[in-house]
Amino acid sequence: MRIAGKGLVDRQAPVSFRFDGHTYQGFAGDTLASALLANDIRVVARSFKYHRPRGVMGAGSEEANALVTIGSGAAQDPNVRATVQEIYEGLEARPQNCWPSLTVDLLSVNDLAAPFLGAGFYYKTFMWPRAFWEKLYEPVIRRSAGLGALSHQHNPDAYEKAFAFCDLLVIGGGPAGLIAALTAARAGADVILADEDSLFGGRLNGDVETVGGMPGAEWAQSIVDELEAMPNVRLMRRTTVTGAYDQGTYGALERVAHHLADRGGQPLECFWRIVARRAILCAGAIERPIAFRNNDRPGIMTASAVRTYLNRYGVAPGRRITLFANNDDAHRTARDLVDAGVHIAAVFDSRRDVPESNAYPIYRGAEVCNTSGRRGLESVTFRTASGEDKVETDCLAVSGGWNPSLHLTCHMNGRPQWSEAIQSFVPVEGMVPGLDTAGACRGTLTTHGALQEGVAAAQVALEALGIAFDKIDIPEAEDAPYRVSPLWAVAGKGRAWLDFQNDVTVKDVKQAAKENFASVEHMKRYTTQGMSPDQGKNSNVAALAVLADATGRGIPETGTTTFRPPFVPVSIAAMGAGAQGAGFAPQRFTTSHAASVERGAPMIEAGLWYRPSYFPAPGETTWRQSCDREVNMVRNAVGVCDVSTLGKIDIQGPDAGAFLDFVYTNMFSTLKVGRTRYGLMLREDGTVMDDGTTARLGETHFVMTTTTAAAGPVMRHLEYVHQCLCPELDVSMISVTEQWAQFAVAGPQSRALLNALVDEDINDDTWPFMGCGDIIIQGVRGRLFRISFSGEHAYEIAVPSRFGNGLFRELTARAEALGGGLYGMEALNVLRIEKGFITHAEIHGRVTAFDIGMERMVSQKKDCIGKTMSERPGLNGPEREQLVGLKPIGPVKQLTAGAHLFEKGAAPTRENAQGYTTSVGFSPTLDGFLGLGFLRNGRARHGEEVMMVDHLRNLTTRCKVCDPVFFDPEGGRVRG
Amino acid sequence: MAELLAKSPCEGLLPKEVDGLTLSEAKRATMTSLSPYRGQEAVLSDVLKTEHGMALPRPNRSAGKEGARAVWFGQRQVMLIGPDPAVSLADHAALTDQSDAWAVVLLEGEGAEDVLARLVPLDLRREHFKKGHTARSQLQHMMVSITRVGDARFQIMAFRSMAKTLVHELEIAMKGVAARRAS
Repeated sequence: MRIAGKGLVDRQAPVSFRFDGHTYQGFAGDTLASALLANDIRVVARSFKYHRPRGVMGAGSEEANALVTIGSGAAQDPNVRATVQEIYEGLEARPQNCWPSLTVDLLSVNDLAAPFLGAGFYYKTFMWPRAFWEKLYEPVIRRSAGLGALSHQHNPDAYEKAFAFCDLLVIGGGPAGLIAALTAARAGADVILADEDSLFGGRLNGDVETVGGMPGAEWAQSIVDELEAMPNVRLMRRTTVTGAYDQGTYGALERVAHHLADRGGQPLECFWRIVARRAILCAGAIERPIAFRNNDRPGIMTASAVRTYLNRYGVAPGRRITLFANNDDAHRTARDLVDAGVHIAAVFDSRRDVPESNAYPIYRGAEVCNTSGRRGLESVTFRTASGEDKVETDCLAVSGGWNPSLHLTCHMNGRPQWSEAIQSFVPVEGMVPGLDTAGACRGTLTTHGALQEGVAAAQVALEALGIAFDKIDIPEAEDAPYRVSPLWAVAGKGRAWLDFQNDVTVKDVKQAAKENFASVEHMKRYTTQGMSPDQGKNSNVAALAVLADATGRGIPETGTTTFRPPFVPVSIAAMGAGAQGAGFAPQRFTTSHAASVERGAPMIEAGLWYRPSYFPAPGETTWRQSCDREVNMVRNAVGVCDVSTLGKIDIQGPDAGAFLDFVYTNMFSTLKVGRTRYGLMLREDGTVMDDGTTARLGETHFVMTTTTAAAGPVMRHLEYVHQCLCPELDVSMISVTEQWAQFAVAGPQSRALLNALVDEDINDDTWPFMGCGDIIIQGVRGRLFRISFSGEHAYEIAVPSRFGNGLFRELTARAEALGGGLYGMEALNVLRIEKGFITHAEIHGRVTAFDIGMERMVSQKKDCIGKTMSERPGLNGPEREQLVGLKPIGPVKQLTAGAHLFEKGAAPTRENAQGYTTSVGFSPTLDGFLGLGFLRNGRARHGEEVMMVDHLRNLTTRCKVCDPVFFDPEGGRVRG
Repeated sequence: MAELLAKSPCEGLLPKEVDGLTLSEAKRATMTSLSPYRGQEAVLSDVLKTEHGMALPRPNRSAGKEGARAVWFGQRQVMLIGPDPAVSLADHAALTDQSDAWAVVLLEGEGAEDVLARLVPLDLRREHFKKGHTARSQLQHMMVSITRVGDARFQIMAFRSMAKTLVHELEIAMKGVAARRAS
């Protein structure tokens, strides 16, 4: 019910929205919760486990009951707290976890089964039979218990991540936070003030108070106006600081556009990482409920929430309101309501010494012990010394006292301290380095105290920052003492709810204690108290007070569970902003990309790179046709392939040769200028790391090539070796992968092709096999290497990348004129398998130089990385699986990679496995499948028949073991 | 014989303009990595000064001006951008041509810091990251070099092959900043 003349909502700006299929009106400035209450909607949600009807309980981000789903389809947003969601024109909210509807929820049968569903129910019940868990129990439980659901579609919303830096981060914009920010800002510090609300002011917006001679909300606005005008202040509304991390880093979730009908291109949320030299936590406190029988009925709310709905939103959540409290502060709720003309049916206080009033009946030493009402509160039963009585009421405001919101102080393992005075936990100094606390979150529960501490904390921060400051006047404010005496749970039968989020009752906690889950951390896991979106913000202290009572310990000894980030739920989409879809990783394109795509080449991902798989020619319908043609083209004419993605590392310095001797197994210091050598590199543990060719361009200048996949790791390895293992060597290295566009020109016609493009004559004298050097190609200075990965007479020609596109097109045209053309990754793979050349399919991180038959490349004349470790027993010998070639010999002609090898006639079981295949391909040159693989003692078994079994593809092929070099083993073609 | 045509890393991708923020490709320039040989830093700095007018920049600093700039680029590494390197530099440092290795873009306009704050985890506030300051860092998932070359002007260098992603990320961030301003 709306109260005329109350609240900060804009009565001139009506807003219509939909909830549960009906259209309602609210005002600009309303949350979904306040607007629903204004429309007398009481049942908003169904509870997690028992599907009990629930209403709005609080007015802040800690809300445990009023969770709804916003929107529909792919963008639907589940578990949104109605107390946080601002309404906008066209907002569509739906209740969740109910079926078929909010008012008639068939799954509320769970409630009738409650005696069986208590603490530890799952652990006790679903142990047997084992197979039933996955097939029956889990699906049923998942269907009946739970919160809102995701759409299971790709999320189309935009999210953002951002970084911010400041001298002082003030977390929370209530009285303490506002004055702390003002103190620091006036002194000239770079200040960020973040508050999770849309409106700064904290409790000042929900209470009737005077600060500095003006209404509290107005005072707050005046401070905000001053801060807003200062260039050194950043005000962050709707921003919840979610975590405190090392070195002054804080995570924060900004709800950028959840409140907008038209986002205007803005992201829905932004996840901030704020680095602050100092921080002040002014997060306030959360009012805690009292547990009593049926205390979860819609219409039962915290006392401060009732005040907030009245004073901030102009909404009375009932027409006959009652109050149940154990502290003086809560009586303000009754006073404010009476002042606004709302009927107070009764006030129950568990204490004897209670603030007086003649405006409503006060029951001293009274406890509410039960409630009734079908879909919402209709009456409460209370108990005094003289017995039990009943009062009709549609809204009960409850206050069990206040719990400081100290969560952030605990994020780095700090433990808070119990305060007898406020019957709650308070932070101690230094729990998070550089973070101070002020106001209610520190246990100071008066506005005056909050202002005082806000100024003091700001001054401490400014001193630490070395910033001079002027004295600041603390405005006059309310300073009535907060008097509380503990009351956690009202004794009696029935279910009294502690944790509304998880449907955990007093009985559950006692049951846990009885079954010896007496540690607070065990109790939490056994009962699920303190889990889910509210993370026990509403229930934690009360639950452990009940546990303390049940175990006969004091509360301080019982302790709290650990508060971990995030303080409020943070969507994964916000934390992973920018990484959706293609944003997951950068894309790397070669200079020939456009030309390859123009020719219809399917591009495959090779690390971050995109490389052409094959180049379909007219009439070709399968990749194999293209691949076979491309292989034949290279063997018989000439092929062109972009190999720019291979890592290229420029290595220079007087000690470059010595450095290479140390990182490679073989010798490089003896390599002649103008020559290239194949090199093998080991990891420190002696297994093969990478291979490639290294060219010597000058006395002190080498260029190393790495495989595409290992370009980064090898660069890192070289830096590590230089910086850590041999810093005495005068050598520099830098990646030149991106500088050079490099193309393989391979085949009998390769020399003819190149000679038509370059000025000098390429012949066996000027460019012998493994020769290298500078060359002018079409007026551009490039580099030419006579190396081959195909076994053919071949070159790799490199030009500065800006000419890559031009050269690629030129080479293509000329190759085609010579009866050749482009070849892709598939053909490249077949060509190298025919020659038995290895890739990372073979050197996959578990093989040694011995395994690939290159043990003689580990020079005995010098030391190198991995050498000693590679000589360990078990890494060399007949027990090793060694590189072999495989050819099908039976009726089945197919080979597959990843299959296992078995002795002829052996059962294809794990125990009998003798090795595996790593690379296979159909060789048009040799007209059959060829395979590379590792076979136990394989080099001694050439000629033997083995069985290849692919259990996944259900394929068994008889194979003959042979040398891994299938084609031109003498190497005549490469030199010819 | 036909000359090979040169293509810039961001050809067809830039320029972009969003609400007063501009992203453009820097004019093509010779870029040479200088890595001083052991104990040669001081001499190299002198030669650099004589030949190109700027001393060897300290870590996280750049020296020189538009057209001839030396940018600290990492441990024992400086990128000389603009002039063809004097031959005498090679006596004191390993010289490597990097002219084609990097996509170099300029982000300019009021709020350029806000754009970068969405992608780069560094404190780039004007009073902390001043004109001439430089850093190797990450931009979303890419490794980059960032230099403040003007009051509201940043030079950003990323691997040439990543030019498309670089422009894409920056454009999203620019639009994000513009949308916030408009609201």
